[in-house]
Amino acid sequence: MNISEYRGVMVFAEQRRGEIQKVAFELLGAGRGIADTLQEPLIAVLAGTHLTDAQAASLIAHGADRVILVDDPRLGVYMTEPFTKALTAVISAEKPGIVFFGATTIGRDLAPRVSARLKTGLTADCTALAIDDASRNLLMTRPAFGGNIMATIICPEHRPQMSTVRPGVMRRLEADTARTGETVRFACKIEAADVNVEIIEEVVQKEEKKNIEDASVLVAGGRGLGNPENFQSLQNLAEMLGGQVAASRAVVDAGWTSQDKQVGQTGKTVRPDLYLACGI
Amino acid sequence: MKIIVCIKQVPDTTEVKINPTTGTLIREGVPSIINPDDKSGLEAALVLKEQQGAHVTVLSMGPPQADLALREALAMGADQAILLSDRAFGGADTWATSSTLAAAIRKLEWDLIICGRQAIDGDTAQVGPQIAEHLQVPHVSYVSELQVGEKAIEVKRKFEDGWQRLRVQFPCLITTLKDMNQARYMSMAGIYSAYKQEVKVWGLADIDVDQANIGLKGSPTRVKASYTKGTRSAGKVYEVDPRDGARIIVESLKEKFII
Amino acid sequence: MDFQLSREHQLLATTLKDFAENEVRPLARETDEKEAFPVSTVEKMARFGMLGIPFPKEFGGAGGDNLGYIMAVEALSKVCGTTGVILSAHTSLCAAPIYEFGTDEQKRRFLPDLAAGRKIGAFGLTEPNAGTDAAGQQTAAVLSGDKYILTGSKIFITNAGYADVYIVFAMTDRSKGTRGISAFIVEKGMPGFSIGKKEEKMGIRGSSTCELIFENVEVPVTNLLGREGGGFGLAMKTLDGGRIGIGAQALGLAQGAIDETVRYVKERKQFGKTIGSFQNTQFQLADMQARTDAARLLVYRAACLKDAKQPYSTEAAMAKLFASETAMAVTTMAVQLHGGYGYTREYPVERMMRDAKITEIYEGTSEVQKMVISAAVLK
Repeated sequence: MNISEYRGVMVFAEQRRGEIQKVAFELLGAGRGIADTLQEPLIAVLAGTHLTDAQAASLIAHGADRVILVDDPRLGVYMTEPFTKALTAVISAEKPGIVFFGATTIGRDLAPRVSARLKTGLTADCTALAIDDASRNLLMTRPAFGGNIMATIICPEHRPQMSTVRPGVMRRLEADTARTGETVRFACKIEAADVNVEIIEEVVQKEEKKNIEDASVLVAGGRGLGNPENFQSLQNLAEMLGGQVAASRAVVDAGWTSQDKQVGQTGKTVRPDLYLACGI
Repeated sequence: MKIIVCIKQVPDTTEVKINPTTGTLIREGVPSIINPDDKSGLEAALVLKEQQGAHVTVLSMGPPQADLALREALAMGADQAILLSDRAFGGADTWATSSTLAAAIRKLEWDLIICGRQAIDGDTAQVGPQIAEHLQVPHVSYVSELQVGEKAIEVKRKFEDGWQRLRVQFPCLITTLKDMNQARYMSMAGIYSAYKQEVKVWGLADIDVDQANIGLKGSPTRVKASYTKGTRSAGKVYEVDPRDGARIIVESLKEKFII
Repeated sequence: MDFQLSREHQLLATTLKDFAENEVRPLARETDEKEAFPVSTVEKMARFGMLGIPFPKEFGGAGGDNLGYIMAVEALSKVCGTTGVILSAHTSLCAAPIYEFGTDEQKRRFLPDLAAGRKIGAFGLTEPNAGTDAAGQQTAAVLSGDKYILTGSKIFITNAGYADVYIVFAMTDRSKGTRGISAFIVEKGMPGFSIGKKEEKMGIRGSSTCELIFENVEVPVTNLLGREGGGFGLAMKTLDGGRIGIGAQALGLAQGAIDETVRYVKERKQFGKTIGSFQNTQFQLADMQARTDAARLLVYRAACLKDAKQPYSTEAAMAKLFASETAMAVTTMAVQLHGGYGYTREYPVERMMRDAKITEIYEGTSEVQKMVISAAVLK
């Protein structure tokens, strides 16, 4: 592996049902900063079917210098092998120094397979990315040990340096339709033999309600709210923040909500990333 | 049917505390457990053993104390336990770990490999898919339900926004989620006979693997630095009117990219 | 003298702790408040082999030992005194005497079902006029051909109603005094055998404590346990083993109360500090833990002696006496350290205190234990 042959920052532009996912734009935002530091191009790879110029244009508007489209009828719905084949082909041809995937249920399935096929290193779930001044290596920082430790990982002798990046952490750039870039269509035929799993059924639906113990955002209300209607208004805030409502013992005893929402000493133990306590 | 379940012994990270004065992790006294995602995979395998007489082998790469996790697995009902342990395997990243495990698996007969989706200490979710790549078999991750047929497995594969039902021919690998089932307790009889069974220990000499792909030296990625997030400092108290309060909160949330 | 638990017992301790936390603790309050026998918990315990720990695999047991069995009683009692005594009565007072004194045929007939939890066991010795004075049995059994006709009643019987197999004591020859008492295996469904009044109790309220009524119950001679006239000795030996179980229940209650108190005093603040930082609290907890550890060693020692087939009667009495008194003292102090909150049912310590009291009374009162111990001391 000749490291000097590898150049450029590549982003896997994850799409589902033709819609480019938010994380892809966040990766372009982060990738733009890295690419500028390295003075190398930022490339977005979009794999799917019936890909449009508009999709490519939005990737350019959000920071990509170059968009590579891999368009094949067998890349409609996500399956591991067809997408692994496509990505591996593009990376082998383009030889980017860095590749980013969103750490989604797709990215965390695809990236390990791709990195193993390319015999290179992969770092999971990164929350911070930077370039080391001296070595120009990518510094990939991620939580470990259940989030109790932060580790900075490097991949000094293998290329590309690959990471999956946690959604919602990086900032996307404001779309700039004046930006220009190059769009190319990459030929990679997905054969029938590449489809090594059979999709019997596919369902798209919102995730069911979880327990408060699993919530990463909790909006908790206490008696200080005054009345049950005020307590109900916390539900809106919780939904907007993508979290759940919790309650103090006083509120549960007063009948404003059910016991499964109770936190505090005789309630449930919770470990959210964000806890808003109102009137407690 | 022959199943291999890969398990990892991990510290119970929900019990880990930070030393308030030094800011470092307190590792002593933290109980070691079978990684929860793996345990559910083992439970799924044991159900198949009950339903159709499947043979269940548990395999773990770890230091000698990982023996305890394998004894637990035997006490739950696994048929065979293998510990991959050797100084040469130490310090491995996911590439090296998966290469080592794949080498061990090549020595065994199997139809299905079950791995947990991710370990609660490493949190990468990479080893399972990488083992599948080394062995050149299909894999499906994020499995929450499974049913086994003669020649194939049918699984429910979860996404954030829905799921797929897939059929995959054997041989293949799946990674399981801990909420797919409630793993059984060890049986009393199982516990009393756990140490009467053999846990095979395989070292470097027992498997056929390229040494360039194992251990610290065989790891493409390495840790440059690590640090605890630090002890919590005292919070700020603002006594303001509600409008200003709301503005301060929204600004804080924006700063932390929550909104 | 090795004070370390073996590897097997360490594995056991881990799984028992998980089981108690996940399966038993969530139901403890309801079990107490509704006086509800925890049927689903007992089924789960049975699934993992908890109802036959010390019996050999040949009879469907787990092939374990008494130490492991009482560790189970302790672990369950830490979170629920009721669940602990259900296991103790079933194992020590019913399955154990069948295993120790039964014929091969009786062992094969009853043990597999008891060990697997398909049948629950109970022990019927106590009568309205025969408590500590157990020899005063009124229940009578008259031999008639190939069966005994049983008439009489028992009170305060643990697991009554839910049990299928009862070890029942009755007078077969009044002229012989204690040597005229015999033991019988009476089964649910035998005509004339019914469950009477259910007691409303201070503690272990989920435990089913009822009267047993025998109205000319025909018990086949093949259900005579041990020899005719040997019942009293069999009862005493059985209670020796049962004492270790109750010692373990008391031990669990004490330790559970300490664990709850430690959690509470680390959080509760008064005068600007946690109450755990006050020396009084610290010294009380020191006392509580030291006494509980002492109780543990006594209980475990008695179990190990029994496993080693050594005499253990005195040691079992010491264990039960000390552990039950410790449980009462520790749970009472636990309520005290919780202050007003400890008196409410929101916190478990008041229930633990109510549960602890009975351990000083049943399976031989503390006074009886002192009689047993002093007899050995003054020998």
